[in-house]
Amino acid sequence: MVPFLQDNVIYRGVYCWLGGNEGNAQWCGRDGLLPGGYEWVAYFVAGLTIMLILVNGALLGAAVFVWAERRLLARFQARRGPNRWGPWGILQPIADLVKLLIKEDIIPTAADRIAFTLVPIIMLMSLLLSLAVLPFARNTYLANLNIGVLYIVAVSSMTTIAIFMAGWASANKFAMFGAMRGVAMLISYEIPLILSLVGVVLIAGSMSLVSVVEAQYLPFILVQPLGALVFMLGITAELNRTPFDILEAESEIVAGYHTEYSGIKFALIQAAEMAGVLAASGFLATLFLGGWSGPFLSTQLGALWFLMKLSFFVFLFIWIRATFPRLRIDQIMAFAWKFLLPLAMINFLATAVQVYFFGFYHGDVPGEITRNEQWVMAAINVPLAVASIAAFGHFAREGIRVPAVRLESIVPTPRVAEVD
Amino acid sequence: MYGLGLAKGLMVTMKNFIRPPFTVQYPEERLPQHPRFRGEEFVWYDERCTGCASCAKYCPLGIIKIVTSPSETAVLEGDKYDIEVFDIDIGRCMFCGLCVEACPYDALFMGSGFERSRYQRKDLVISVDELRQAVKRPSTWFRPQLENAQYDPQEGKPLAWEDVGREKWPWHKQEKAGAKINRTVHRGGAESSQDKK
Repeated sequence: MVPFLQDNVIYRGVYCWLGGNEGNAQWCGRDGLLPGGYEWVAYFVAGLTIMLILVNGALLGAAVFVWAERRLLARFQARRGPNRWGPWGILQPIADLVKLLIKEDIIPTAADRIAFTLVPIIMLMSLLLSLAVLPFARNTYLANLNIGVLYIVAVSSMTTIAIFMAGWASANKFAMFGAMRGVAMLISYEIPLILSLVGVVLIAGSMSLVSVVEAQYLPFILVQPLGALVFMLGITAELNRTPFDILEAESEIVAGYHTEYSGIKFALIQAAEMAGVLAASGFLATLFLGGWSGPFLSTQLGALWFLMKLSFFVFLFIWIRATFPRLRIDQIMAFAWKFLLPLAMINFLATAVQVYFFGFYHGDVPGEITRNEQWVMAAINVPLAVASIAAFGHFAREGIRVPAVRLESIVPTPRVAEVD
Repeated sequence: MYGLGLAKGLMVTMKNFIRPPFTVQYPEERLPQHPRFRGEEFVWYDERCTGCASCAKYCPLGIIKIVTSPSETAVLEGDKYDIEVFDIDIGRCMFCGLCVEACPYDALFMGSGFERSRYQRKDLVISVDELRQAVKRPSTWFRPQLENAQYDPQEGKPLAWEDVGREKWPWHKQEKAGAKINRTVHRGGAESSQDKK
């Protein structure tokens, strides 16, 4: 058994059920179904089981999210939403999927076929890869990477490439516009997004998501209010959701980068976007709201706590989508560079100073930040957050300064003869 | 402070989120309809109709077709007719209600329906048999005094022909059936008082 998988409950369960023999006694403690020498089958089946659960869970979650988003958006607009098939219309995503499956899968003649076909795969792949490090409950994750946060950032950035590939390969001007807008926006938002995570990593002292959860004596949303805010807004932009959905602005450019996609390819792109919201909510819950930990029963019902926190963020995403209109490109850029980036820097610097003070308080060895120290940090960081939002909000509001048109420049005034 | 406007916007959507949805689930739920609605499914009282075809003459679109023949029971008077055809082509009707205004005997009324969609245009023509069999729930348009009797076209029982007119007309039915009746027309309170003088 691979060392980083031995803590995983599901993996160990399947592995030991099939092939726990003498060699694996320290993990399983009893014999499995398979005879000796066939541990590799158990290894293979256990890995497949986890992958099956992850992939299907993500896609099923995307389907449920589509339904939930349509229902909630409808309620935000005083409508009812889909309510025809199944109780409260919960089978609506299945109807949508069947419709998309039986549609013709069109590839434009001018399109670059390979790149065009790769796009949905890359989008879904980057999403599913990022789910590998997400701890759903105690000891329930595919991999507890010690560079988990970096891994998420690296893997989820591949979506940008997929979006640009879609725009380029479609040979469609609207797709190209959407992709260009998207790349400009996504790369700008990567920077505050990553900087906002540095504070969390500094406090936890590790990039592993499990360590981050275990370091949260307080939810980091209190200890790192600025970081949570910047990450929340940045990830909204990374997910291409309203108010940052300029890359598929349906009222300006037909459907943006996925204009030419139809049928199952479109379904996969949509699934990746929708499951991306779930994954982002999961990361928000893990990094800033304490993941699986909770006041009651967090060891037995950690997954329930995680799901509740995830649903809270999902609701927040839908609420934001229902409220705000789409921003202009200059407003979006000003928001990223003039508002989010300074806030992330302030958060990063303040946290670094605090961690230096608290972490090395006891000596040279970096110590753990205890509960009381986290309370002190929260007491410092919350007023700091309010003050810096008030200060830098001014810059974000300005946008591009258009020089005031002077009347004289339009209407030529009769010149008075110059007199010496 | 920056962000307060955003918070205000969020509160607006949250207010809408909490309140019940505005949508009416049409086939299952219906909004209450106004009793004076001018709708399809004309209400026609055979007992009141003399076949004068005023409605057909007044119809701006000419979509009412009436064919009558002299009744055998009152040939000599020449004012009693059997109605053989009474077609209303509601596919072209604009629901102006002039036919109802024109009817001197209160025999024709608008209905309250709006769901008579058909696949064929010829199915949109209401025939005399349909008019005879239809449930008599006249719209109170042009006869709002029906509302005084607590009548509502959406609820309650259908109105009989005696109850719909401006005046009682008790002998008409028997006359149509062929009975000879000595007419003494009651013209309301004012004229009868004049007669006494």
